[in-house]
Amino acid sequence: MPVPEHHEFFIDPNRCIGCQACVQACAECDTHKGHPMIHLEYIERSESTQTVPVICMHCDSPTCAEVCPADAIKKTPDGVVQSARKPRCIACNNCVYACPFGVPKMQTDFDLMMKCNMCYDRTSVGKKPMCATVCPSEALFFGTREEVEARRTRSRPVNEFKFGRQTITTKVNMMVPKASTHEHVDVTSQMQGEGRRLRLNVLSDSLYEPGSA
Amino acid sequence: MRKEIVKATTAGVLATLLLGALVLIGSRRLQNFDAALVAYTFATVFAVFGVVYRYAMWIQRPPTAVYFRRGWQVFLNPKWLGRNTIELSKRLVSGFALNAFIWRRGKARWGAHWLIMWGCLIAAAITFPLVFGWIHFEAPLNEFDKYTIFVFGFPTITLPVDSFLAFMIFHGLIWSSFLVIAGVMLAFRRRMRDHGAAALQQFGEDILPLLLLFAISITGLAIWASYKFMGGYAFTFLSVTHAATVIFTLLWLPFGKFFHIFQRPAQLGVAFYKDVGESMPPAKCARCGEGYAPQMQVDDLIEVQRRLGYTYEMESESGADHYQRICPRCRRSMLALAQGSLWYQAREHESVV
Repeated sequence: MPVPEHHEFFIDPNRCIGCQACVQACAECDTHKGHPMIHLEYIERSESTQTVPVICMHCDSPTCAEVCPADAIKKTPDGVVQSARKPRCIACNNCVYACPFGVPKMQTDFDLMMKCNMCYDRTSVGKKPMCATVCPSEALFFGTREEVEARRTRSRPVNEFKFGRQTITTKVNMMVPKASTHEHVDVTSQMQGEGRRLRLNVLSDSLYEPGSA
Repeated sequence: MRKEIVKATTAGVLATLLLGALVLIGSRRLQNFDAALVAYTFATVFAVFGVVYRYAMWIQRPPTAVYFRRGWQVFLNPKWLGRNTIELSKRLVSGFALNAFIWRRGKARWGAHWLIMWGCLIAAAITFPLVFGWIHFEAPLNEFDKYTIFVFGFPTITLPVDSFLAFMIFHGLIWSSFLVIAGVMLAFRRRMRDHGAAALQQFGEDILPLLLLFAISITGLAIWASYKFMGGYAFTFLSVTHAATVIFTLLWLPFGKFFHIFQRPAQLGVAFYKDVGESMPPAKCARCGEGYAPQMQVDDLIEVQRRLGYTYEMESESGADHYQRICPRCRRSMLALAQGSLWYQAREHESVV
């Protein structure tokens, strides 16, 4: 069964409180038992305790799949980019180094790349992914567009990301301020200098937007 | 017609002609060719064309082409050839003969794969030479209790018909059937009980191959049971059914899951590529300065991405010319920072540092 079209994933890294619940829940997923696929990353540990949960963004044109020499990474018709197919993956690491979001993980022991597959065993039967069910701050939210709009009155979802000159569109959305005029998130703007300073939203009132509790 | 298709078609035709020539030579101008097996031969010829065609198309994909070339380059490099040869023998045993990496993925998965793999290898090693007329058996003159095994028309060993070795050789396909059936049972058990497998499996990719292997094995066993224990009951029906299952599998070989048999050896080339890459200074992240990947692989990936039409080229104060020069960890941090930056801009310089 495909993932229902009206159910979408919305990520809001600024809301992450680093509780690790998503990591623990992820390891419970039946498709990669015992191995969390989510990355919970400190953004700049020397500056802040702020963390970011990174899941697979399920790109429309997945670079990981395109650079795979074994043709092991497949996207389902409903747009979910799956883990490498076990008979084919030759553990070359190309996908790990090529993913613009830094998502795939190489399981060296198994000679196998594994990655977030949006808990396909759950989402394909209408349930939420494990991480989204346990995230207390809704940094990871899975639901309808209407639900997220009601909860984030000052945010809107975007699914377009810039990496240098490359634009990547994704199945997963990121919440950005409604007031922002940008139609995409420019990731490479954060290389260094001014852009590298931590500018987060966590201590502002936006965490507790009306209706978000 | 596209250049890749022309190359792949040429490779397929050449391989098919080569097989045809080997059948003619090996069967001594069809003198030892068993006409009853001609349908198997034609199915195999088609399978060879299909497999070689698909393989040739596959290795022309930009990432595969780079790895194919690099794998051979690093393997044959005189500097590493000695070490590579020793490593090759180790990897053939651990990876291919023992499937050690599958053992680490799961014992049930390993059991299923190992039994199916060896069952199929033994069966293929017996069946194809018989079908092509490369192997045949003859009784020596006036010695009807013995058989001489001829390979490519040349006599090899002669053994008593009722010896243990003859029993093992003549029942080779029976033993391989037992291995395959046991493996298929284990695989089906896992696929029926494992929720993760159930969510991701597809009929054509995961179930059909098991059904085909089971059908081939069980009909093969039934033929043996028919002539051995049932006085040839339903022998013709069973022979035709068995042939149909085998021929369907051969025709399907280039298209489905079984193609991984031919792709999998690429793992060896990749292992040598990784060995060499790790023995060199790593690429350092243009943002954090930490080593994160073999430099050779980063450079190759940039080339592959360009050939695929990606434009990850960039300009930055650090001088990084390509997004590939940033480590995966920094990419994840930058994603969050980019979102924070949008909030900062929207809030007119309300920042938290």
